[in-house]
Amino acid sequence: MAEAGKILSPPAGRHKERPDQRLNVIGTRMLRKEDPRFLVGRGRFVDDIALPNMAHAAVLRSPHAHARIRSIDKRAAMALPGVAAVISGDEAARETGPLPCFASPPVEQRCIALGKVRHVGEPVALVVADSRYLAEDAVALIKVEYEPLPAVSDVMEAINSRGDAVLHPERGPNNVAEHRQYVFGPVEQEFARAAHVVKRHLRWARSGGQPIETCGAVASFDEGSEKFTIYVNSSMYNYIGFTIATALKVASHQVNIVPVDAGGSFGSKLFLHKVAVLAGLGARASGRAVKYIEDRIDNNTACDNHGSDRTYDVELALDSNYRMTALRYKVVDDYGAYLQYGLGTHGNGFSQTVGPYKIRAVGAEIYAVFTNKCQQGACRGFGSEVTNFMIERIVDAAVDELRLDPIQFRRDNFIQPDEFPYQIPTGNLYDSGNYPGALDLALQLLDYHAWRDKQQLMRTQGRYVGIGVASCQEKGVFSATEFWMLNRVRGFALTSSPESASIKIDATGKAVISLHAPCCGNSPETVAAMVLAEQLSMDPADISVTYSDTDHGLPGTGPGGSRYTVMIAGAVTGAAKIIKEKLKRVASHMLEAGPHDLEFRDGKIGVKGASGLEVSIAEVATRAHFFRLSLPDDPDLTSGLDASYTYDHPLATLPKSDSDFGIFYPIMGHMCHMPVVEVDAKTGQVSFLDYVAVHDCGTMVNPMTVDGHVRGGTAQGIGTALLEQFEYDKNGQPQQTSFQDYLMPRVLNLPPQVRIGHLVTPSPYTEYGVKGAGEGGRMVAPPAVACAIEDALRPLGVRIDSLPVTPARLRALIREAEARKAPSLRLA
Amino acid sequence: MTEVEVNVTVNGRAFRRRIEPRLLLSDFIRHDIGLTGTHVGCENGVCGACTVLLDGLATRSCCTLAVQAGGRNVETVESLGRVNNLSPLQRGFWEKHGLQCGYCTPGMLMLVTELLRENPNPDRETIRLRLNDNICRCTGYEDIISSVERAVELMRGEKAVR
Repeated sequence: MAEAGKILSPPAGRHKERPDQRLNVIGTRMLRKEDPRFLVGRGRFVDDIALPNMAHAAVLRSPHAHARIRSIDKRAAMALPGVAAVISGDEAARETGPLPCFASPPVEQRCIALGKVRHVGEPVALVVADSRYLAEDAVALIKVEYEPLPAVSDVMEAINSRGDAVLHPERGPNNVAEHRQYVFGPVEQEFARAAHVVKRHLRWARSGGQPIETCGAVASFDEGSEKFTIYVNSSMYNYIGFTIATALKVASHQVNIVPVDAGGSFGSKLFLHKVAVLAGLGARASGRAVKYIEDRIDNNTACDNHGSDRTYDVELALDSNYRMTALRYKVVDDYGAYLQYGLGTHGNGFSQTVGPYKIRAVGAEIYAVFTNKCQQGACRGFGSEVTNFMIERIVDAAVDELRLDPIQFRRDNFIQPDEFPYQIPTGNLYDSGNYPGALDLALQLLDYHAWRDKQQLMRTQGRYVGIGVASCQEKGVFSATEFWMLNRVRGFALTSSPESASIKIDATGKAVISLHAPCCGNSPETVAAMVLAEQLSMDPADISVTYSDTDHGLPGTGPGGSRYTVMIAGAVTGAAKIIKEKLKRVASHMLEAGPHDLEFRDGKIGVKGASGLEVSIAEVATRAHFFRLSLPDDPDLTSGLDASYTYDHPLATLPKSDSDFGIFYPIMGHMCHMPVVEVDAKTGQVSFLDYVAVHDCGTMVNPMTVDGHVRGGTAQGIGTALLEQFEYDKNGQPQQTSFQDYLMPRVLNLPPQVRIGHLVTPSPYTEYGVKGAGEGGRMVAPPAVACAIEDALRPLGVRIDSLPVTPARLRALIREAEARKAPSLRLA
Repeated sequence: MTEVEVNVTVNGRAFRRRIEPRLLLSDFIRHDIGLTGTHVGCENGVCGACTVLLDGLATRSCCTLAVQAGGRNVETVESLGRVNNLSPLQRGFWEKHGLQCGYCTPGMLMLVTELLRENPNPDRETIRLRLNDNICRCTGYEDIISSVERAVELMRGEKAVR
């Protein structure tokens, strides 16, 4: 059992670069290296790939939520001129294996449904034709006979389903995929002696990343080498490449995955398997290169990456001094038809399940349930954004019920700046933080007390204005144990999530860095170039960045869980150190000075304290590449200037037991958001009068791009709070299949300005003290906005227990509240 | 399907192609002409990633047939600057971090190109209202609005130099 509190003998850091040094490039608002190509329309996205004699694929999507496939008649489709292949589930199952799955025991998903469809949109057949238009014509000619099965849409009904309403009968007699219970610390004792217990029933609706670019792949199969080449917009291609090969029933060296720019991901393009396998299947069957790009309906209904869909019953125990002591919750999570990440999103939540507070004990009961919906995947926060919502809502419930001050109550319960590294009850470690500092900065930026005065005045004018506050964690850098530690059977218990970089300095002193996960809106090229420029005192313009395919790739995991900047900073620093040593050795010979007397300055290597006594990196590089015989005869001093480095997780341990998961997500960022909203009580419309976002991600490599993540993540979080949801009717029919129905924030839905405050509390464990920031505002905006709306409607006593707060839903809440206040009015 | 001949001017160059009447303008531009800067996002006119100018008017190319562009002028993102010679608008987006993944960017640039031809000095509110036409999933728009303001400044500067 992990005891919560300050760790007295903290693990030592292995970093090479301290945060408290004078830096020249890191910390500047350098313009992004990625941008010029995108600005002129020369990014290389997956649909921009065109191979010789390339054919195009389209899928026949299931119109049923749950049905047996009795027969497929593809004759008319095959007879259409220009059609190269029509592949059913039975045929696909001879050529491909199940799609990859982290759950153990696994849940079988096929790239084309085999025997049974389990959600609307699931592929039933794949057509390959000369053009996408023809492929879609042929899709319309396929005749499928379905035997409808009972569709399960309501998660509580799903728990009790029997017989034909069970999606995966081989796993058990009902639709409960997993039911797990965890106790971290003295939960029962704390609740037994609590002075106050606050309870809430909370609902977080299903939404998704839904980037503007859908998922897609272009595959070719070379019969000579029996090898696939697959372009796919996955940002984790280098980590999961072997799983694509396995699904295509070839050895891993028979698939080369080539990265392309990804037009947004937000988690949804990390673990892309289906599109790559479909394109590969079509290519091998047709003997042609095949492009398969999801259309928007495919993406909304079958992208395999809907977000969490949870209902919580949560209780918070407090002592007589209003100190939070224990948290206990039951969560029911509607996972949809499959379970590709197992309970990974709940494992993720355990990394920060007490938020920034000194809660000593946590009890969790998790139901993961199958329904006839698109399966869950990753969505900016990977489940922890929902944990944050749960914690902050129950904190606000305590504020409300016990008549506490929302600021002081948080402040009194924060883990204090001198208590780090801090172990939380689940065993995870928080490396560092300054939560009161973030709160104070937000209060000051917002001019909180002035807004409270204005709010009072506006209330007298009949206006419903509310001020929200949320203090949330942003865990960074996953160790990978979260993907399996909640599995009943351990299965594939991976423990590494490394990241590599290769650096080559050519004979003229220009550098190329190779990374292993493409740009998806993050700034990997900018970050890598800035770190190398810092290391070698080079001009960032002399550095270019490229992405390795899997044939040439080194161990790398890619972005996700706010890890990539930390990890490439580590990998580039490691590789740069090797190169620096070699540059110094060659320069030392050229300058006739000892390597220890040399320093890097302004693109040159010079003798310390002797200005003018120096050689440029370009001169040293030329010597290193082409003039071996003028260097010392040392067999270790080979020609060239290149190095690779694989950076492992900076601080992680194995899970010890089901009540102590060890250190698995320790690089802990923090955010404090304070929105000011106005609710139009007549229409249920929410608008923003102000918005302050304070963010602490340690040392910022580039404050400009951090701001971008804060603003963009906040916009997405506001979407989650007010607009976005994937609903299914009782027959399992999805209600949001296009962007006309799936509402995402536009300019006018958002605050005119998000005012950002940066606090810098460096990590003691990473290079330069960098922490993650990629999940950004989406981790905190939803509870902050919920808090603000509740505050605005306090005169009416409206509670916000469920997101999204659409105008219709808010109007319903207001009507109920008014009816409660004046029951006689309702009768009239 | 019977093909028809279409003559379209794209970025000042005349193209004559035989195409199916059902071919979308977005596919024509991307795959027949090979200008892949124009992107397709939602395929029903909601997101605006595919925005091009058709005779100067911002148009959803995913909801327009290529034959409808017959005899007309299409302008795409490729008509703006080059990597080593960005237009003031592109420069504004670069300087103010007006893009992250870059997928909606070409549509945004063309939408704003139309705006700035109508009104070379739009205020922030005018810019916000126009940008409400398109969806960006990465930025939260604020930096895009600032990018357009910066572009206006840069364009004024260019005029002053002339």
